[in-house]
Amino acid sequence: MKLELLAALNAERAARRPVVVVTDVDRGDQRLVKAAEFASDALHEELDRHLRMGKSGMIDVAGRQLFLTVHAPVARLVITGAVHISQALAPLATSLDYDVTVVDPRTAFASPERFEGIKVIAAWPDEALPPLGIDRYTAFVALTHDPKIDDPALLHALSRDCFYIGALGSRKTHAKRLDRLKGQGATDAQLGRIHAPIGLPIGAVSPAEIAVAIMAQITAELRLPRRAAVSENAA
Amino acid sequence: MLSRDDDILKTAEAWRRAGHGVALATVMETWGSAPRPTGSHLVINDDGTFLGSVSGGCVEGAVVTEALDVIEAGKPRMLEFGVADETAWNVGLSCGGRIRVFVEKIA
Repeated sequence: MKLELLAALNAERAARRPVVVVTDVDRGDQRLVKAAEFASDALHEELDRHLRMGKSGMIDVAGRQLFLTVHAPVARLVITGAVHISQALAPLATSLDYDVTVVDPRTAFASPERFEGIKVIAAWPDEALPPLGIDRYTAFVALTHDPKIDDPALLHALSRDCFYIGALGSRKTHAKRLDRLKGQGATDAQLGRIHAPIGLPIGAVSPAEIAVAIMAQITAELRLPRRAAVSENAA
Repeated sequence: MLSRDDDILKTAEAWRRAGHGVALATVMETWGSAPRPTGSHLVINDDGTFLGSVSGGCVEGAVVTEALDVIEAGKPRMLEFGVADETAWNVGLSCGGRIRVFVEKIA
């Protein structure tokens, strides 16, 4: 590997942009494919498959053995609401290798004792979320049930290219939420990105089961082929 | 795990910039119960110092030796370790898996 290629690779990784190194195994030559070039690359189907899975691997192209070294950024989960469900969700997501942050301005909820080993920020979303740099490898969930906290957080998430947005609440609660967010300038395309009621329908009852339902839905959004590439572009 | 790979590649760049001969080893194929997934890296410099892993510690010694040759010769090579392979038997990939490791020089 050439030093320039390695340096470019490290720069992409540091910026949390996905990047793939393509190595011709027999000839030893290599090239770097950056995120902006994925769609137009001759190997884009293979790149897409490997990127979604975050997996490196060998592919055969016209009798040539090519190795794809995939560098996907570590997925992150940002939660507003240091609530009971979050106490189950944060360690579950951590065990799935997510980098987890919990945001809640209520210091009694956002205490380190309630979230051992988890990054907790006791501040309002307006202040806490922008520095986190929510990106397309970030999942965002709003769990407080309190519009004062969840609404501004959702508006921020909707302005960013995160791969998942979910909000807790019944259909009725969610309908009211959509009205409020619309009143604050959110478009229909943006609002369509919110998964609510949150989580896959598995009949979850306890906070831990709801956490499983949420995490399963997040996993599907991360790993399955993009169903809504169009709506993503629209948003 | 990914952040560790990040450290490995940053270290590779830093060593090279400091004037070291450096080789990068990458797990390219695995069969059976291989301990480290494809894409895992091990970086080696000309002092024999290394960071990262391509197996659970079973074949690192052999990879480091080969890497020193690659730094010298400059040409990449593919190594294969597995229970069917005499070298690997000697080195001892105890899990019973097989792996192919690509070793290349950072030029």
